[in-house]
Amino acid sequence: MKDSNSKEIDSITSEKEINIDNFSRDELLEMLSKMILIRNAEYKIAKGREFGLVGGPVHLGVGQEAIPVGISQYLNNQDKVFGAHRSHSHILSLGIDLKSFFSEILAKSSGISKGMGGSMHLFGGSVGFCGSVPIVGGTVPLAVGTALASKLKEEKVVSISYLGDGAIEEGIVHESLNFARINNCPVIFVVENNLFSSHLNIKLRQPKKLTYRFAKANDIESKVLDGNNLTSICKTGKEFIRRCRDGEGPFFIEALTYRWFGHVDWREDIDVGINRSADDLKYWKKRDPILRLKKSLLKENYFGENHLINLEKDIQKDIDNAWVDALGESSPEWNESLDYVFKSNYK
Amino acid sequence: MKKFTYSTAILDAYNFLLKNYPEVFVIGQGLWSPWYVGNTMKDLDKNFGKKRIIDTPVSEAAVTGAAVGASLNEMKPIVVHPRMDFMMYAMDPIINQAAKWSYMFGGQSSPSITIRGIINRGGEQGAQHSQALHSLFAHIPGLKVVLPSSVADARDLLIASVLADQPVIYIDDRWLYDQEDQLPEAKEINLESINPCILREGNSITLVGCSYSTFLLKQITKKLIKNKINPEIIDMRIINPFHSELITNSVKKTGRLFVLDGGWGPCGISSEIISSAVENVEPKFFKSKPARLTLPFTPAPTSKVLEKEYYPNEKKILNKIFKIFENNL
Repeated sequence: MKDSNSKEIDSITSEKEINIDNFSRDELLEMLSKMILIRNAEYKIAKGREFGLVGGPVHLGVGQEAIPVGISQYLNNQDKVFGAHRSHSHILSLGIDLKSFFSEILAKSSGISKGMGGSMHLFGGSVGFCGSVPIVGGTVPLAVGTALASKLKEEKVVSISYLGDGAIEEGIVHESLNFARINNCPVIFVVENNLFSSHLNIKLRQPKKLTYRFAKANDIESKVLDGNNLTSICKTGKEFIRRCRDGEGPFFIEALTYRWFGHVDWREDIDVGINRSADDLKYWKKRDPILRLKKSLLKENYFGENHLINLEKDIQKDIDNAWVDALGESSPEWNESLDYVFKSNYK
Repeated sequence: MKKFTYSTAILDAYNFLLKNYPEVFVIGQGLWSPWYVGNTMKDLDKNFGKKRIIDTPVSEAAVTGAAVGASLNEMKPIVVHPRMDFMMYAMDPIINQAAKWSYMFGGQSSPSITIRGIINRGGEQGAQHSQALHSLFAHIPGLKVVLPSSVADARDLLIASVLADQPVIYIDDRWLYDQEDQLPEAKEINLESINPCILREGNSITLVGCSYSTFLLKQITKKLIKNKINPEIIDMRIINPFHSELITNSVKKTGRLFVLDGGWGPCGISSEIISSAVENVEPKFFKSKPARLTLPFTPAPTSKVLEKEYYPNEKKILNKIFKIFENNL
């Protein structure tokens, strides 16, 4: 009955603390801070949505923080990152300014997309985030294209295409995998397989729960990972990014994970998700990527409980301040709207 | 001055762009094969290398999307769809991604991509190999839609499209490829300054067309003059953004309007031209009701016999225009 506890998933994911050998204290602390920042920022957005402060839909990725944090650790601002509808974590992990990020969620003109995008259309040119859009699979060929351009320009730049197990079902993704492979494009497809496309469990949509078979079919080297294990993401991310820079791309990472919230907004979707149960949620919360990293750090005496409490307090203070500042910003003016249609109109 | 055809003028544009702009590359299906795109791309792969002239798998969506992506990484790609019917596979990268990209990110990022769709009709090719779909794209904010009818425009508007910093749909028509004319030196025109143009001044009726329709309107000029009709002929050249001023002023002068379009009527460019004239010209100026000739509202037939009925010809056009003069208000 318990869907998630299939042998396949059990063999890949775990409740246990994670192996932090070969990582420095500073590096781990930096990534832990990012994960806490992303999670608590998303909780802030969830509340904002529930109380009506956020107008449009928000797709939250609480529970999935380890994946973008592990990948982003080895990227620089010249690299090209694309996301989709659930991309708060992707852009926050690249270090986007928190207040400008919140301003965008609240559709304020000081937001990262000038208040024209909201939660689903995020842009951060300064940190290498090329854009996220809610058309599932829509940015996958675009990431292949930035990678093709990097190859033509002979630059050691990597493109990252974040997609979900739902997007895998779009035809354009398969065209893109084949095209990337025959042109050796330096792109990494990162599938965040959270087992759900909107409300529907993957077992009702696909013959197998794992999607890396599509990489195999397109002769692309792939790895299946526990998406809630930060250091495992780091290890593969680091290797694939380095090899991409050396002209060995493309690559495909499938990271198994789970979202604690439902498809959209602050609810858990236990009642609307097909094959999404309270038991599953409990099962996956035990696999919390943040908790597991904390446990490892405490166990290895990288720091004490008090340090951790202070760290979380500081992060929360930053979030609260940025949120309040963003709330006070103004909305875009109507006349800007026409100017933005074409870049040439934009003053 | 050396004479060029419409198709070699397109080839000339490619040569100009690839020679002068290292960020330009061309991508699409069949680009290494001579028969896909006529002589509009002859030997480009040999002269500029297969790295800049990229032949692709049959993956219109991914290829168009990849070109959009490449343009976001400082390249200026030209995507070629040798038959625009196949562009339907690429509607997401064109309409959802490229067209919206600037707007949804507040003008901070813009795909400078040119998508060349070729209209390829007749010869009993049937419903899925014969479509002129320019009006479909002109409906979308964020896309420029360019339709050259003359030899010089075939080259200069392609250059302007590629050098523009926004998504452009450039549509050429195979039925124009053998049209001959003199071709002055290539020039770089700002796409923003492209407007419809008057090909022939006249005072008794305004005739408006684009692409191959403009060619047909030019063909019937002598017959109209013989019938004491002195037409003003306007070539649209660009249909998104839609520039109505030239047409409005012309209709105020002539009092009559006839639109010819190689696409369908409903919700098409002919509807837009007529409604803009009706909105912008006071009724007192009209000497007759505006009229149009478009394709019958069916997909293209296959049979040669039916094809003959389907496409506009001289006789059909003249009959429509003569009727306008019978129906004075």
